[in-house]
Amino acid sequence: MKIILGIIGFGSTLLAGSAHAQATAADRIPDTMEARIQACTGCHGAQGRGVENVYFPRLAGKPAGYLYNQLVAFRDGRRKYVPMNYLLAYLPDAYLMRMAEHFASLNPPPLVQPKVARSPDQVRAGQRIVTQGIAAKKIPACVTCHGTELGGREPGIPGLLGLRADYVSAQLGAWRFGVRTALAPDCMQFIASSLSEPEVAAVSAYLASLPVTAARPVRQPGLRLPLACGSQPQQGGQP
Amino acid sequence: MNPRSLLRKLALAAVPVGLAVAAWVPLQAQTTAQTNAPKPPAQASVVERGRYLAQAGDCIACHTVPGAKIFSGNRAMPTPFGTLYAPNITPDRATGIGSWSADDFYNMMHTGRSPKGYLLYPAMPFASYTRVTRADSDAIFAYLRSVPPVRQASREHDLRFPYNNRSLLLGWRTLYFQEGEYQPDRSKSAEWNRGAYLVQGLGHCAMCHTPINALGGSSQEKAFQGGLIPMQNWYAPSLTSNREAGLGNWALQDIVDLLQKGVSNRGTVYGPMAEVTFNSLQFMNDDVHAMAVYLKSLPADQGPESDPGQAPLRADVGQAYTEGSRIYAARCATCHGAEGRGKLPHYPPLARNQSIGMSSAVNPIRMVLNGGYPPGTRRNPMPYGMPPFAQDLNDNEIASVVTFIRTAWGNRGAPVTAREVNQLRSATVE
Repeated sequence: MKIILGIIGFGSTLLAGSAHAQATAADRIPDTMEARIQACTGCHGAQGRGVENVYFPRLAGKPAGYLYNQLVAFRDGRRKYVPMNYLLAYLPDAYLMRMAEHFASLNPPPLVQPKVARSPDQVRAGQRIVTQGIAAKKIPACVTCHGTELGGREPGIPGLLGLRADYVSAQLGAWRFGVRTALAPDCMQFIASSLSEPEVAAVSAYLASLPVTAARPVRQPGLRLPLACGSQPQQGGQP
Repeated sequence: MNPRSLLRKLALAAVPVGLAVAAWVPLQAQTTAQTNAPKPPAQASVVERGRYLAQAGDCIACHTVPGAKIFSGNRAMPTPFGTLYAPNITPDRATGIGSWSADDFYNMMHTGRSPKGYLLYPAMPFASYTRVTRADSDAIFAYLRSVPPVRQASREHDLRFPYNNRSLLLGWRTLYFQEGEYQPDRSKSAEWNRGAYLVQGLGHCAMCHTPINALGGSSQEKAFQGGLIPMQNWYAPSLTSNREAGLGNWALQDIVDLLQKGVSNRGTVYGPMAEVTFNSLQFMNDDVHAMAVYLKSLPADQGPESDPGQAPLRADVGQAYTEGSRIYAARCATCHGAEGRGKLPHYPPLARNQSIGMSSAVNPIRMVLNGGYPPGTRRNPMPYGMPPFAQDLNDNEIASVVTFIRTAWGNRGAPVTAREVNQLRSATVE
């Protein structure tokens, strides 16, 4: 932090002597993360709250480890989305971690979303998969890893509430086709490519139908996951 | 603290050594190149110097896929002639350069020929690296020998006919390749010569900042006059024109800050230049000052602001200007200021910013479409970013605000059309 302050101080010194501009109080940039991540909130909403646009998800309150893994994956092109790949291309790990911690620490009220009419059968099918998994395909229930209340799990598993159907469906599709990848072993790649199209649609519809609660990521060190996941390091060996 | 001071020492050490070699030893270097005495293991100090020089040459940018093992190769480089893949340059004997000698490496750098005798495609900047001294080439080679070997076959290039025929490169070389180590200009200071050596050689700045013609060549007469970077949709500004990125009227410290820190009181690096700062220039210390001295001295083809013929007709742009000024006030002024003065150094000034008013409007359009973060560097580890506006503003709105920025506050850029915005949107956002 001292280094940053030093640099800014140095900049202002030059400025004072510069013929191009005179520094005023209004010219000072706050030395805060909030000022630094204004490039993010244009799309993801103030405080990372989320916006109308389905494809710009809420960032606030997600586990820092999860957000960090996504930032690194976007930077290195393992998760492909051109605007994010471009924006993060030359940012170092330590700074991406600070960004992740910043958004993880926020908890603005969730965006109120318009009601969408859904087929009750589809929602019920989705509920079955989310709460019980699909034994025949060895797909565990979503709640096993993402938390009983679907609020996520520290440090690397995101909550699934407040995501709209098109977004969830697009992410599962991206995983299936290798456009989105996580650290190896990529458990979600296995799950996404094992699900059929109607199953993906059902899971997406059910998740989107759930009310957004105050559920936060659970902290349960030592819990063994049903699948080995590179983004959620396990203690005491792999399952 | 330690790595930083170590690097400073290295940089200091590198200056006199490099210059001494460049000034006095070219003949001797050529003769020793022919001897085949058994080589002792490279000294740690040589390896360290090689690491520094490899950073100066930004080898990593092409020879490492982001996130993969260093120098394991296969990063795709799209060109108008097809896609090239930079090879594995780790010391693996089967798939890398483990069987090469220091002579092989120097000959490749110096002549653009592989040890097997085939001609390299000029995506490898051998037309610049030919300026590198034998001692520096040997240090880089010693460093490359010290990284972990990776067994990974290099991908075949995927070039269209007739460019897949390497013998055509003979013609290209006749036109655009002039072999030879850097020859110091004795009428200039040691620092100027060090800067020129790095800019013309390892820095391979001409690869982007000299116009590329239909044959993929960049001619000496047009050195550093700027050009559109093929396939990347970025314009590399002229380094010789004060209307573009010519640095003739910049303070030396601003040039150093721009190159090394990524932000300065005059502007910020973005696009492909951000990568150069991130991979390479941020790690160089006094050498950046030398490069700045040389760059500032490059001849200006025009005096600053001496181009009234290019100034737009206000009547033609009146409506876009008004619309653009409204958008600017709502979206841009918080950071860049009502008068376009910015908040220095993190929010760059737009008034009298050469990058805004250049004849090519590609860069300002892309900045508004894509936003961007300056690179995170040692001197600016947590940069401030600009949001993208592609999802928020339509083509007409972006054309208007860029037209406003290019013509307000004494800027003399030409107006921008929605069509130009649309072409860049589809090329760079989707």
